[in-house]
Amino acid sequence: MRSACKANLPALIFLLALVMLWQVGAMGMNAAYILPTPVQIFQRMWELRGPLFTVHLPATMGVTAIGLVLSLVLGLALAVGMDASDMVRKMLYPVVVVSQTIPTTAIAPLFVLWFGYGIWSKVLVTVLITFFPITITVYDGLRSAKTEMAELLQTYGATRREIFWKIKAPCALPYFFSAIKMAVPMSIIGAAIGEWLGAQSGLGYFSRRMMTQLDGAGVFAPIVLLSAVAMVAVGIVALLERKFVRWRGESS
Amino acid sequence: MSALEFRSVSYQYPSEDFDIVDKLSFQVEPGSFHCILGVSGCGKSTIFRMTNGLLPPKGGEILVDGAPIQGRKRYCGYMPQKDLLFPWRTVGENVALPLEIAGGLSKGQRRKKVEAALADVGLEGCCDKLPGELSGGMRQRAAFARTMLTGSDLLLLDEPFSALDFLTRISMQEWLLDQWQRHKKTILFITHDVEEAVFLSSSVLVVESTPIRALTEVPVPAGFPRDRSCLKDPSLVELKEQLIALLRKQVSL
Repeated sequence: MRSACKANLPALIFLLALVMLWQVGAMGMNAAYILPTPVQIFQRMWELRGPLFTVHLPATMGVTAIGLVLSLVLGLALAVGMDASDMVRKMLYPVVVVSQTIPTTAIAPLFVLWFGYGIWSKVLVTVLITFFPITITVYDGLRSAKTEMAELLQTYGATRREIFWKIKAPCALPYFFSAIKMAVPMSIIGAAIGEWLGAQSGLGYFSRRMMTQLDGAGVFAPIVLLSAVAMVAVGIVALLERKFVRWRGESS
Repeated sequence: MSALEFRSVSYQYPSEDFDIVDKLSFQVEPGSFHCILGVSGCGKSTIFRMTNGLLPPKGGEILVDGAPIQGRKRYCGYMPQKDLLFPWRTVGENVALPLEIAGGLSKGQRRKKVEAALADVGLEGCCDKLPGELSGGMRQRAAFARTMLTGSDLLLLDEPFSALDFLTRISMQEWLLDQWQRHKKTILFITHDVEEAVFLSSSVLVVESTPIRALTEVPVPAGFPRDRSCLKDPSLVELKEQLIALLRKQVSL
């Protein structure tokens, strides 16, 4: 833990310098409705702590969690399917790639139209941008398993299923964690975009409402909160990764 | 009854327009140690990959202990050139793989067998280490212990020492002969190293040309147990030169 702090020290100092520059610049500009200072943002966050933490944060986290779980299920299923069968891969891979060329912000209003202002339109936006990195990364992980290893197990009389669990799954595990580390921030972004475009609660929605009131600090407060949550979540995943992955990319 | 018999076996790779193994017949008696000697790319590994069932022969019949191999499992132990220890498993878990797949043993029973097998190859106390912590020679010995635990009497070793440095390699050769004499297995050993083939085999099976139509059996005039001093024997020196001359004809630069 201590060495981790030491390793991040240059980044922290740089970040602190940037924030101080921002503080000084914003104070000089003196237009809080456009560019609030960091201090003003934290003050506003404290004033708004009631609705922020009890209503809007839980709403966004709900959408993020449901979206992330659905993306994981979908992404893993696609990756395993494409790895297991050439036919499935030829059928799905191009479609999966094409799905990413859809501009999310443009299609999200359609989702609102179709699924209403409830959580499912937001969940759909989240899944649309999150399942892709999971699918591709885990698929690459499954592919990284060496055929020689599979052949060795075959000479021991192993079935396809045994080969999957004893070789493919462990090979894909480090890739899986990389995928989650990418997917967590993206799912939060997805949820926020969805809420921004049409919702009744959530940090994205809240940020937008503050904008209509020309409350600069109020726009920033939920954004800072979202970033903090994403960083904590990625940190937790990294800890889990260190517990479960004993090796990474050893060539033998 | 032979430990392994090929009856006019052929094999053709889909990308080639000739049979790389062409109506090959040979047999190996139980308890013997033969090296299959040939230049790189001559198709000697293809013989192994058909024997262990990874490649289906185009024609002919392969018998192990007198019975055809079709539909059989675990009749031979195969050890490829790379040790292929899984880096995410401990050494003990790696060695336990054949037992896990064969099934029928509890975790405790497996652990006992694995520890015995590791002790047998001189790797006591390495059970819970990761493969990355072992040296090249130790990794090959762990891979050999894993091959032994397939429980088969026929072992197919495909250039297992070729990636090791010279000094480790000659120690491993002596070590392997010792293992063979103690466990009474039938060993087929692929190599392109003439000295290795002469030192290890009771007789060398030479691949004289590709496609492989026959293996020329060349007996080695030395008994067992042997050590490296026998390589200085004039008859063995002459044999080595003979084999080198035979193989050089096939090398084109």
